[in-house]
Amino acid sequence: MSKQTSISAEFLKGLWEQSPTLRQLLGLCPTLAVTTAAANGVGMGLATAFVLVCASLMISLVRKLVPGQVRIATYVVVVAAFVTVVDLTMKAKFPAMSKSLGAFIPLIVVNCIILGRAEAFASKNGPFRSVVDALGMGVGFTAALTFLGGVREILGNGSLFGVAVMPADYDPWIVMILPAGGFFALGLTLGAANIINRWREQSALRAARVASAAKEA
Amino acid sequence: MELFGIFITATLINNFVLSQFLGICPFVGVSGKLSSAVSMGMATTFVLTMAAMVTYLVQHFILLPLGIGFLQTVAFILVIAALVQFVEMVIKKVSTALYRALGIFLPLITTNCAIMGLCIFAAMKDLSFIACIVFAIGAGAGFTLALVLMAGIREELELASVPRALRGAGITLLTAGILALSFMGFAGMKF
Repeated sequence: MSKQTSISAEFLKGLWEQSPTLRQLLGLCPTLAVTTAAANGVGMGLATAFVLVCASLMISLVRKLVPGQVRIATYVVVVAAFVTVVDLTMKAKFPAMSKSLGAFIPLIVVNCIILGRAEAFASKNGPFRSVVDALGMGVGFTAALTFLGGVREILGNGSLFGVAVMPADYDPWIVMILPAGGFFALGLTLGAANIINRWREQSALRAARVASAAKEA
Repeated sequence: MELFGIFITATLINNFVLSQFLGICPFVGVSGKLSSAVSMGMATTFVLTMAAMVTYLVQHFILLPLGIGFLQTVAFILVIAALVQFVEMVIKKVSTALYRALGIFLPLITTNCAIMGLCIFAAMKDLSFIACIVFAIGAGAGFTLALVLMAGIREELELASVPRALRGAGITLLTAGILALSFMGFAGMKF
């Protein structure tokens, strides 16, 4: 396993290299469903990140006590418990946000990012590393959701976080805040991420070639 | 007539995949081939219907009478996970052919948010038992329809020259967007 990777690398990989949304394509349902506005993206991202961090910590702590056959069931119960905490807290403290996210708060329990990280990381690593990994993934997920929510809100409503940003005579593209717009925005974002990645790979390759040429000379 | 309305609403107007965004993961993952799309759709519809029935009973005979409605999320996910396991065992015993067709899709269904979403929606809307079943079958039909449409398009897409950056998930999502646009046409239907 990657025991040698530094803590900062463990955190940073969630932001881009292994971004849950852009690279691993996990948790697409909430990504598409709640990103009609930037604020919803932030709310959903933070709620998911909270559950992810708590569940990763808990699962990492009990990883040696849980027999292999029942581990998935255990993970599900742990995740469901934290989702209930988030659901009730949101209902009490942020009723407006809770209402606009609707059924997608309880649905965090079936978000594959959380079970995915539990199975792939927290069940094999210590509590500190697991929390760092979960934080990175959580921040990456929140960033992706906020970005998508921002793009859709600007184009579909002419505003960002509820503040009008487009010129007054801008005719909003209503389709962007409708379901179809979610698919378009995410599809094009994935395409853009692929282009950036290829460009980065190529420039890394070129740098390596220059370095080896310099060594030979 | 009311039940027919629930069915059409769940299948076309509020299609689970294309307008409610539930079950996107299998929609992107399993829509590569027409035959597996049909199998996945059928398996999901079956589990949806069973789950809707069981969670209705859990909600109305255990959670509400005991006043522990806040345990809904925990109870539902456990019931669904157990149900999927049980269905898998029964199918394995009863019909080998069916198991071979649906078997590999069943474990995937546990984390399909369409199942959990349907149960939560049904509990939120406080549907009757019969309405719950109709809602589940409608949602399953809509899921299958979206999956099969997508698989048909993707089989054709294999032959198209897609820009390199959009290959794979990108073009699938863009196609889904166009499908979602066309499904918006059903929004005018009223029951």
